Amino acid sequence: MNLIFTEEQEMMRKMVRDFAESEITPWIEKMEKGEFPREILRKMGELGLMGIPVPEKYGGAEMDFTSYILAIHELSKVSATIGVILSVHTSVCTNPILYFGTAEQKQRFVPKLASGEYLGAFCLTEPSSGSDAASLKTRAVKKGDQYVLNGSKVFITNGGEADVYIVFATTNPKLGTKGIAAFIVEKNTPGFIVGKDEKKMGLHGSRTVQLTFEDMHVPVTNMLGNESEGFKIAMANLDVGRIGIATQALGIAEAALSAATAYAQQRQQFGQPIALQQGIAFKLADMATSVEAAKLLVYRAADLRSRGEKCSQEASMAKLFATKTAVEVATEAIQVFGGYGYTEDYPVERFFRDAKVTEIYEGTSEIQRIVISKYL
Amino acid sequence: MNIYVLMKRTFDTEEKIALSGGKINEDGAEFIINPYDEYAIEEAIQVRDANGGEVTVISVGNEETEKQLRTALAMGADKAVLINIEDEIENGDQFTTAKILAEYLKDKDADLIIGGNVAIDNASGQVGPRVAELLTIPYVTTITKLEIDGTNVTVTRDVEGDAEVIETSLPLLVTAQQGLNEPRYPSLPGIMKAKKKPLEELELDDLDLEEEDVEAKTKTIEIYLPPKKEAGRVLTGDLNEQVQELVQLLHTEAKVI
Repeated sequence: MNLIFTEEQEMMRKMVRDFAESEITPWIEKMEKGEFPREILRKMGELGLMGIPVPEKYGGAEMDFTSYILAIHELSKVSATIGVILSVHTSVCTNPILYFGTAEQKQRFVPKLASGEYLGAFCLTEPSSGSDAASLKTRAVKKGDQYVLNGSKVFITNGGEADVYIVFATTNPKLGTKGIAAFIVEKNTPGFIVGKDEKKMGLHGSRTVQLTFEDMHVPVTNMLGNESEGFKIAMANLDVGRIGIATQALGIAEAALSAATAYAQQRQQFGQPIALQQGIAFKLADMATSVEAAKLLVYRAADLRSRGEKCSQEASMAKLFATKTAVEVATEAIQVFGGYGYTEDYPVERFFRDAKVTEIYEGTSEIQRIVISKYL
Repeated sequence: MNIYVLMKRTFDTEEKIALSGGKINEDGAEFIINPYDEYAIEEAIQVRDANGGEVTVISVGNEETEKQLRTALAMGADKAVLINIEDEIENGDQFTTAKILAEYLKDKDADLIIGGNVAIDNASGQVGPRVAELLTIPYVTTITKLEIDGTNVTVTRDVEGDAEVIETSLPLLVTAQQGLNEPRYPSLPGIMKAKKKPLEELELDDLDLEEEDVEAKTKTIEIYLPPKKEAGRVLTGDLNEQVQELVQLLHTEAKVI
C-alpha cells in the first residue's frame, strides 16, 4: 500500500497547511486563554472546510473521507483544538443527519452545517454513562407531536457554542439499546440548559460543557431515524469519529516531533547540537518511527473507509496506536527541550496536555482494545 | 475584460537552497506559485468580478508547473495556459521567457496583463516590463492599488516606501507589489472545480518559434551560495571601553564610519 494522494488532495493539503500556519497560529494564545475560535471557524466555513464530505447539493465540497482526514491532520498539527472542533462537527453531527436524516431534515440542517453557519455537537455521554453508552438515563416521553426530554449530559464538545446537537435519550429503558432514540436539537429550544464549563487539562480553545434538559420539547419531526434506531445511529459513525481522533493525535505527535527535532538541531551542549548526541538522536529516531507507524495505520483505516469497506478493527487500531504515540512523543518532546519544555514559552507542554485526552474520548484505549480483540 | 496573469513556479520560501554540480538542487524541494504572482492572480480575479470578463493564467515552465496552474484555477481563474519548454530550452533567461509570453499574447487582445513584481528565485523583475515592451503597451511596476474606470486606469505604485499615483489607460501591463491585496486561499469547491477548467499545453512549435528565436541573451558563469555568516563578537570591559572599541572597529574594520 502506498500513501499516494490525488492532485485535489495535495492541493487541499497545501491550502489547509497554509491556512493553519497563517490564520490559526496567531490565534493559539487566545485559545489557550479560553477564547472560542469563532472567527477561525467562520473562515474555515468560507473555504468549505466545515462541510468536506457533504454532497454538493447540500452546499458541501463533496470530497472523500481521506480528504477530510487530511484536513484534520493538517489543522491538528497547528491546533488540536481546531482539529477536535471540526471532527465533532463533521463526524458525529453532520454525518448522522446526512446518513439517517429525512429529506426535510437534511435540507433544514445540512447546508447550514456545511457552510459553517451552524456548528454541530453530539450528546451521548452522561455522568453515569461513559463507555457503557447503552446505560444512558436521559428520558424522552412522547406527547402528541412532541417528545419531552429530561436528563443531563457531560463532556459535550462544542457545547454552548454549537447550534445543532444530536441528543440521545431512551424512550423505554426496559428495551435497552432498542429503546434509545436520537434527536436533532436546536440550541434555542426551551428547556435546553447549558451548564458549567469543564476546566480541562488541554484543548483550551474548545468548549466542553454539561447540558441539562428540563422538559425540553422536541418536535417528532426532529427525531433522527425511528424510535429504536438511536443506538445504531450513535454506533454507525464510531469508526469515522475514531479515525478522526486518531488523526488529531497524529497531528499532535507530528507537531511534537518536528518541534523537538528543530530544537535538538540548534540546541548546543558539550560543544555540539544535542541532536548529534546519541541519547537524543535515538530518542528522536524512536519518535519518528512511531509517528510514521501511526500515520500508516491512520491512512490505512481512512482509505478503507473511503472505499466503503469495513474498517472497525483498523479504526480502533489506528486510534489506539496514534493516541498512544501522541502521548509518548509529546512526553519525549518535553524531555528533549529539558527545562524549557516545561514552560509555556515553548509549544511542547501544550502538545503534552492536548495529547492525553485523545486516549480517552471517542472511545478509551481500553474500549479500542475490546473492539480489536473481538475481531481476533 | 480580457485579463492575463503571468505566473512562475518557484521554490517554496521555506526551502533551503543547496547546490550540486553548479546548479541549484531541486530534488525533494516543494514548489509554489511565486508569492508576488499570487497577488497578481488575486487582483485579476477581483478586476474580473468587478468588470466582467475572463482571467487566463499563463506560465512558461515544465510539466510540473501544471500543479501551480491548477491552484490558480482553484483560486478562481477561468483558464490556464502552460507553455512547456522543458524539452527544448536548457538555459533560458528573462529574454527567453518574455519573448515566449509576448509571442503568445500578441494576438490575444489583452486588456490587462498582471504579473508579480519579481519572482522570489532569480528576482530580476524583468519579465513583465519586457513583455510590455514587446507588445508595445504601457506598463507600471510594483503597484499597490489598481482602479479601472472604462479604459482609464489609476495606479498607485510603491516607490521605495512612498506612493506614486499614475494615470494611464488600457491595454496595460502592471506588476504586483506586496500590499496590493490579500490573496485568497483556494476553497474546497474551487479545488474540485479546477480540474474541469481548461488548461491548454503548448510548445514553442505551437507559437511558431524556433529555439534560436528565444535563445538566452545572458550566460550564467557561476552559481554560488552567499558566504556563511560569521559568529558575532562580544565586546568586554566596562561600558566606556566597549563604546570606544566599537567606534574604533566601525572605523577600521567595518569601515562604515
